[in-house]
Amino acid sequence: MDQKIVLEASGISKSFPGVKALSNVSFALRKGEIHALMGENGAGKSTLIKVLTGVHERDEGEIRLSGRVISPKSPQEAQALGISTVYQEVNLCPNLTVAENIFIGRHPRKRGLIDWETMNRESERLLDRLELDVDVRQPLSHYSVAVQQMVAIARAVDISNGILILDEPTSSLDASEVSSLFKVMRKLKQEGLGIVFVTHFLDQVYEVTDRITVLRNGEYVGTYETEQLTKTELVSHMIGREWNETDAKAGAAKEIPTGGEIFLTAGSLGKRGSLHPIDLHIRKGEVLGLAGLLGSGRTELAKLIFGIDKADEGTLTISGEQLADMYPQKAIQKGLGFTPEDRKVAGIVGELTIRENIVLALQARKGLFSYIPLRKQKEITQHYIDLLRIKTPSGEQKIDNLSGGNQQKVILARWLATQPKLLILDEPTRGIDVGSKAEIRKLILDLAATGISILIISAELEEIVQCASRIIVLRDRIKIGEVSGESMRENVIMEMIAKGAEVYGDSDGIGA
Amino acid sequence: MAILTALAHRLVKQKLIWPLLAIAALFLFNLIVIPEFYRMEWKDGHLYGNLIDILKNGSPLIIIAIGMTLVIAKEGIDISVGSVLAISGALAVMLLDSYPLWAVIGAGLTVGLLCGLWNGMLVALLGIQPMVATLILLTIGRGIAQLITGGQVLTTSDEAFQFIGKGHLLGLPFPIFIALGVFLLTYLFKTRTAFGLFLEAAGGNKTASAYAGIRPKVIFMTAYAITGVCAGIAGIIISSNVASADANNAGLWIELDAILAVVIGGTSMRGGRFYLGGTIAGTLFIQALTTSIYSLGVEPSSILLVKAIVVIIVCLIQSDVFRQSFILSKKKVAQR
Repeated sequence: MDQKIVLEASGISKSFPGVKALSNVSFALRKGEIHALMGENGAGKSTLIKVLTGVHERDEGEIRLSGRVISPKSPQEAQALGISTVYQEVNLCPNLTVAENIFIGRHPRKRGLIDWETMNRESERLLDRLELDVDVRQPLSHYSVAVQQMVAIARAVDISNGILILDEPTSSLDASEVSSLFKVMRKLKQEGLGIVFVTHFLDQVYEVTDRITVLRNGEYVGTYETEQLTKTELVSHMIGREWNETDAKAGAAKEIPTGGEIFLTAGSLGKRGSLHPIDLHIRKGEVLGLAGLLGSGRTELAKLIFGIDKADEGTLTISGEQLADMYPQKAIQKGLGFTPEDRKVAGIVGELTIRENIVLALQARKGLFSYIPLRKQKEITQHYIDLLRIKTPSGEQKIDNLSGGNQQKVILARWLATQPKLLILDEPTRGIDVGSKAEIRKLILDLAATGISILIISAELEEIVQCASRIIVLRDRIKIGEVSGESMRENVIMEMIAKGAEVYGDSDGIGA
Repeated sequence: MAILTALAHRLVKQKLIWPLLAIAALFLFNLIVIPEFYRMEWKDGHLYGNLIDILKNGSPLIIIAIGMTLVIAKEGIDISVGSVLAISGALAVMLLDSYPLWAVIGAGLTVGLLCGLWNGMLVALLGIQPMVATLILLTIGRGIAQLITGGQVLTTSDEAFQFIGKGHLLGLPFPIFIALGVFLLTYLFKTRTAFGLFLEAAGGNKTASAYAGIRPKVIFMTAYAITGVCAGIAGIIISSNVASADANNAGLWIELDAILAVVIGGTSMRGGRFYLGGTIAGTLFIQALTTSIYSLGVEPSSILLVKAIVVIIVCLIQSDVFRQSFILSKKKVAQR
């Protein structure tokens, strides 16, 4: 335990307007260790990293680099101090050569000109150290994302002074690429580098890290030796619920509609690199939940069903009709609706009014020439403003001016206006205040009671358990099981996510 | 009083107010400095004068700018309109010798439509940057026009054809009626079909619109196709007005005036909301400015400079950021 601490943050707090992103968080990185930073979305992982690397300035607290207090004001300053970061998306220039990318901004010079020879030689040496065999004179775009990632790491290692931060470096890599990345990480660790590793994949954490620090809701939960922490404990730390706490609140009281006719069936529906083939069916009036951590394939499944991404295997059957090919227009024609996870990017059209946002999908289904008369549009809008209690002075307000919860209601209204048979709700309450959350959850149950089928995706297990009558659990892009009735409890699902399929068999393991 | 300030606030938020204010300011300036600017004459049953000239000479620009408004609303741009105009004009004059007038006009519009579809295909289907995609036709368009005219300036003496650009209806130049017709048709297409909603939605947020079941590609293709037809119409008017087709000079730089008119009219280059009325006002401002500068007797060599200065002022006043920083800096001064 007397290993030297190279980077230490203590009592870090950071607020953004209206949000406390970090409060009194501590973190210590030792020399020669791989240290995982874990937490659900919004736990404060990226904010902490951004504070460490000078993107954000901290409000309170202290950062020490090898015992010396530092306060980097920009990523460049942090880099100069020896803290270098590789981000999730490779941020290099694909049109420059590998060597140029490694030495961008710090080209070796000879008589005022770039010394290409030294640059190429040095790059080769650096990449050799990572056991990477590439031609450094080729443009970066010649190589796969994995190689580009390695080049980014090579550059970061060269700049770094004992500290390397990897922010979700594995999210776009496949299994063999991940294992070669891990080999490199272990090698660097042996050379004495301290590595901070941010990821959502539990298995990877156990494969490669020495210690784990968990954050939750911007607060420090604890730092643990990886070997001494079970996966189940880790998940419970991340989600912040103890095992027995919710035992009493089982979903048993909820009636499971088994008699209803099947509305939609997916048979081995999958897409290479995004989702392993999956089977599921949704009955009329049923609320089906999709649980799993981020990156487990929840959103990918929703996008395949709605036809935003094209499945490359399996079948999709709606109301008994097997559909050869799916795209959003067809999905809408078949009575599907989809509220996407990223409201700002894929949900609202910020510049337009509430009315225009609401009638958009209905009008798209009707087509260009059967324009809904303005009077009718206003009627529809007022109807849903009243029904969903959207807080706005009028339907002619710009949707940008509404709060997140009210924007979400508008998107819900957009789909309700099309009188859908199945609504896919991807994180319907993310980033919404507690009051609106409860309201939207109640609304979901009310809708199901009127016979609309609902597929709900949420990172909050509590929400899924509350709303769904049956839950499919995903992990690492594979369906690992299904729960319903008695066994539909948060702790059961958490355990499944933590341990994977082996405990329960492949599917329909329990509760069926 | 409170009603008045509220009204003022609402007016400031209206995009149309800025180009209208600019025109009003320009006319006021003319009233004081060159009162003869407003002289009108009734001759041979036709109305003549600077104001009529502004409308008549501005007609092709208005038509082009209407099309430009649509592509800018989709966060695009079409810099090939001048060349498309030249192709359409050249084709029309060439065909006049052997075909009836309706076929000639049809051919001019069709070639405009094809050019628009070509641009739309490059931008919407192949995902080429709008500036680059339309640069292709900007460059080769004049070449095509020259091939049609055989490198000469083609002339025509067809009276019926010349009526399109030079004729009068109800005492007013005929091109004004064409521009009005194009405006009304586009306006009806925007407000009486879902096209306006779809274009504004797809231009404002392409991903979200696709999720809502709109096909942004189809909408974008349509916008470019309309722009092409508009350029075709303008080409016929211009070649008819001068009774000739000049592949090199017809509609030269008109795309720049059109873009400027759209922006002055309040449509953002970032796409989304578009304002056809604003575009008309923007066009009339530009045309009125040109006519005023000529009437003022500014030396030909400094005309462009004067125009540039006025345009910069208009754009600055229109910019929220500029206005706010101006107001803010005033407040800061007051605090000290």
